[in-house]
Amino acid sequence: MNKSLFAALLALCVVACQSTPPKEEGAPVEDRTPSTGTAGATTSGTTSGGVAGTATRGGNPLKDPGSVLSKRIVYFDFDSYVVKDEYKPLIEAHARYLQANRGTRMTVQGNADERGSREYNIALGQRRADAVKKMMMLYGAGEVQIETVSFGKEKPRVEGHDEGAWAQNRRDEIIYVGID
Amino acid sequence: MTTCVDFENRPLMPLLLRCLALVCLLATNAALAQLTIEIVGGGATAIPIAIVPFRGQEGYPLSLTSVIGADLERSGRLRLIDPGGVNPRPARPEEVRFGDWTSRGADAVVVGSVGPQADGRVEVRFALLDVIKQTQLAGFTYAVLPTQLRATAHRIADVIYEKLTGDVGVFSTRIAYIAKQGSRFQLDVADADGFNPQTVVTSNEPLLSPVWSPDGTRIAYVSLENKKPVIYVQSLATGGRQVIANFRGSNSAPAWSPDSSKLAVTLSKDGGSQLYVINADGSGVQRLTNSAGIDTEANFAPDGRSILFTSDRGGSPQIYRLTLASGAIERMTYEGTYNVSPRHLPDGKGFVFVRRDGGVFNIALEDFATRQVQVLTQGTLDESPSVAPNGKLVLYASNTGGRGILAAVSSDGRVKQRLTAAAIDVREPAWGPLAK
Repeated sequence: MNKSLFAALLALCVVACQSTPPKEEGAPVEDRTPSTGTAGATTSGTTSGGVAGTATRGGNPLKDPGSVLSKRIVYFDFDSYVVKDEYKPLIEAHARYLQANRGTRMTVQGNADERGSREYNIALGQRRADAVKKMMMLYGAGEVQIETVSFGKEKPRVEGHDEGAWAQNRRDEIIYVGID
Repeated sequence: MTTCVDFENRPLMPLLLRCLALVCLLATNAALAQLTIEIVGGGATAIPIAIVPFRGQEGYPLSLTSVIGADLERSGRLRLIDPGGVNPRPARPEEVRFGDWTSRGADAVVVGSVGPQADGRVEVRFALLDVIKQTQLAGFTYAVLPTQLRATAHRIADVIYEKLTGDVGVFSTRIAYIAKQGSRFQLDVADADGFNPQTVVTSNEPLLSPVWSPDGTRIAYVSLENKKPVIYVQSLATGGRQVIANFRGSNSAPAWSPDSSKLAVTLSKDGGSQLYVINADGSGVQRLTNSAGIDTEANFAPDGRSILFTSDRGGSPQIYRLTLASGAIERMTYEGTYNVSPRHLPDGKGFVFVRRDGGVFNIALEDFATRQVQVLTQGTLDESPSVAPNGKLVLYASNTGGRGILAAVSSDGRVKQRLTAAAIDVREPAWGPLAK
């Protein structure tokens, strides 16, 4: 199953419609709860009402569509790896979550649009991922918690050869290891 | 998951588009209209050569002279003269009447024969004659298995090409490329004319950046099958593969040293994308560059003493040269704001690269001595140049109708050809070394 498509569905749909990719993750999503103490994390981690709502029903805030933590994509301008201001609350929320859950690991996957050299785009995507990691560390996440990797232009979220598609493909995707 | 498969038979159709009539034909189709500017004739300097169908070749499934002729014509350096009407057809040098060929405008003529040997092998004889000087330039006899007839035709084409142009022939070499079919990616190896494709590795996740070891035994490539770029080296003889670089972060852009013992790679393990060198078994990683920006796409000079690479240290991606002994770094490209993917010419006198100009990406060539840049292609998304081992052709990835295709251009920019495969997206060609 297409990972980016899955991420898109995740961002949009309600908790009830969740489905994990049928790949190697054998464990159900809820298995994360005991190891990190989700309820405590949410109260100390963010100020979002959605997160509190999740806590009351005992779910995982990362999976609550009302929580900012359910937002996992950061978009970039052409040829740029500067994190735009509009994504700072999202990045801060994830950073606080990592800060409150030191055992949690995350991969930030950088991506580029289809123009230009495949390998240079790998490096550009890496820079985009590194930019988000750096910001998360400023907000309190630990260095060891975040691995940054790049898919370059190899895994577009949207197929297409115009700015509409390109704008959606220049992105970082935040993936929680063992959860997503 | 990734699996190794052999013998995927799916012919990659070579399509040589050089005649004006065909150009006009294509121009009537709007979707293909852009092709017209891509197609340039072989040039008036092409040597006229007549290839007489080999006596006895009708008895075999393969027409040797058709394969030889297609090879020579594709080079752009030779032009085929129709041998029709010459009767009887000569098969041996002593049967050639030079007047038959001077009247047809041929400067050279090839004759030969094919026939069975007592041991089951096939005997192939050929001779190349200079029509002007009325002398024999080459003559060989091969005893081969019936399955080796195509390879023998390529070898004969190599001999003819070398004798007439003075350059090494590359018709017996192989190419590698990445093919995408639906959501499946495969690394394929084929003959230089696109025939005999074989799949080296398949994956449901992207494969990229294939490069041949200079000794021709292995291919290094990048796979995203582990949800991150990891560099592998795979043996073509055994199919066995080995992880060469799987450090924290991204591992990409492999480039072999000329002696096949090491690879230059791009790693992000210490922050940023930086160049490292690593032994071909994955041991002994050493950092090569130390910049605040992106350093990637290393390519060793043929003498192994320096590396060309792409870096944005100056604000935009440009090509730089690192001299390994001194550590000195010199900027090589200045025109434009996007010059990437450098690959040395085999003689070490220059390099090809991708440049962006006005939103389109093309293959260009820069001469080290003069620093002059010549743009070789006219597509919109041309990328991944790979130079033939004789330096005379550059294979690259292009695009038509939203589909990836392979194309080649002579290093003087005059001759262009295209390699397409039905319903398959083909990209990232890598030209293999000369057969030993």
